[in-house]
Amino acid sequence: MVSNELSWYFILLSALLVNNIVLIRFLALCSFFGVSNKVETAVGMGIAVMFVMVMACAMSWAIYNFLLVPYNLEFLRTAAFILSIASLVQLEELYIRKMLPALYKQMGIFLPLITTNCAILGAAFLSIDYRLNFINTIVYAVGVSGGYILAIVLFAGIRQRVALAPVPHYFKGYPIAFITASLMSLAFLGFSHLFGL
Amino acid sequence: MIIEAAISLGAFGLIFGAGLSIASKKFAVWIDPKEEEVFEALPGVNCGACGLPGCSSFAHAVIIGKAEVNGCIAGGSTVTEALAKIMGVDAVARVKMIAKPMCNGCLKNAGERFVYDGLGHCKAAILVASGFKSCTHGCLGLGSCRIACPFNAIEIDENHIPRINPNRCTGCGKCVEVCPKNIMELVSENNKVYVLCRSQEKGKLVKSKCSAGCIACRICEKKCPYGAIIFENNIARVNYELCRNCGVCAVKCPSKSILDTMPPRAKVFITDKCKGSGVCATVCEFKAPVGEEGQIHTIDEEKCVGCGVCVEKCPEKAIIRKI
Repeated sequence: MVSNELSWYFILLSALLVNNIVLIRFLALCSFFGVSNKVETAVGMGIAVMFVMVMACAMSWAIYNFLLVPYNLEFLRTAAFILSIASLVQLEELYIRKMLPALYKQMGIFLPLITTNCAILGAAFLSIDYRLNFINTIVYAVGVSGGYILAIVLFAGIRQRVALAPVPHYFKGYPIAFITASLMSLAFLGFSHLFGL
Repeated sequence: MIIEAAISLGAFGLIFGAGLSIASKKFAVWIDPKEEEVFEALPGVNCGACGLPGCSSFAHAVIIGKAEVNGCIAGGSTVTEALAKIMGVDAVARVKMIAKPMCNGCLKNAGERFVYDGLGHCKAAILVASGFKSCTHGCLGLGSCRIACPFNAIEIDENHIPRINPNRCTGCGKCVEVCPKNIMELVSENNKVYVLCRSQEKGKLVKSKCSAGCIACRICEKKCPYGAIIFENNIARVNYELCRNCGVCAVKCPSKSILDTMPPRAKVFITDKCKGSGVCATVCEFKAPVGEEGQIHTIDEEKCVGCGVCVEKCPEKAIIRKI
């Protein structure tokens, strides 16, 4: 269980490996299967997710603690977070397009995909549920998105090899991808309860 | 409770909406409307044959004048015309290039040295003793080119040799880059005669490994009426600047390693302008013209292959092709 009492590297470790967002919590599966055909696109997607997730968790934390809690509106957090994350991604897209065209070329196509990525919302909820303070929320977001990058890049590498392997006809394409993902998930179960996390 | 929720969420939405609309004005990026038109006209497969990272960067390069309207190799003449129309310039189409596998070492012609049971990718297969085929220069037929082709123009046939669909091939050169044996080559659509072998070994060795390989007998070099065959490193090569697609070399090649893809040529006949100089009989490689010197010659249709060499050599211009 992640909490404020833990030091930052345990929070990072928990988010990265022990409670990996994709392979243990089964969030963000649509992008995990959708953009993992090539390692390069997987890296691009992963970096875009990290960028958005850190910003989104920071903003959700501020909205929750400075707006919802003082007015006893905690029950509105789902709607408020969805609204704010979607607006944030739109704003980021506009900003990057104008100010950092080189980065936009790398990341631009992934940003609209991330607007509806459940890992972003999930990480924001979890950091609220764990009652983390602001610094720990940032550390947690970096850890979760790092776990996403780790999972999707490994998965893309395996899928590139599987694409060339002699797979039985009925398992070609997504079926073998799901089996691969489940085996990766089993492997990550080996980290469970590491250091009591 | 409901009123509070409605008011607060409404306020949220209003604030975010207003913020986004201000931001979209402030961070608006002006894009030349022509650039979008150009991008729409491109094939959109991001093959990179133009030398730029993708179709959108090519569209930008065309707008700012750094790329020519005929720069899109994959799009060919239709895209060139469309871009020229958008940009208001004259279209200069380039000669269409097509990829061709320069090997005929299929399973029938070239056998296997050992049974390969690894990844089905040529790049993986060459790591094991330069591949499993008897000829180390030849095509492995595992289809790295087929996987690399962004236009699905390549099929691996039942003899494990890539076959190119010329209508789909755009000449982007992805297969040329990926082939570990350098079998693939981009050739102009106007060239119809190819040497289907890349082996640089001596003739006897080639013969022992592949029944369709070039054994460097140099018959094609001697028989070519235009001197268009060059020999380098025990392998024939067609000099396309001189080649006239007559097809003599393909008929004369003893190992059938020269491929002639011309549709059947029209045979020739001799008109009554003939004065019987006999030039045609001496230039013909197939002994098709017959007749006494000083008399009107005739063409033996069974022997004529339609190469057209005599048409050019006849001093009286008395030989013409049948249409």
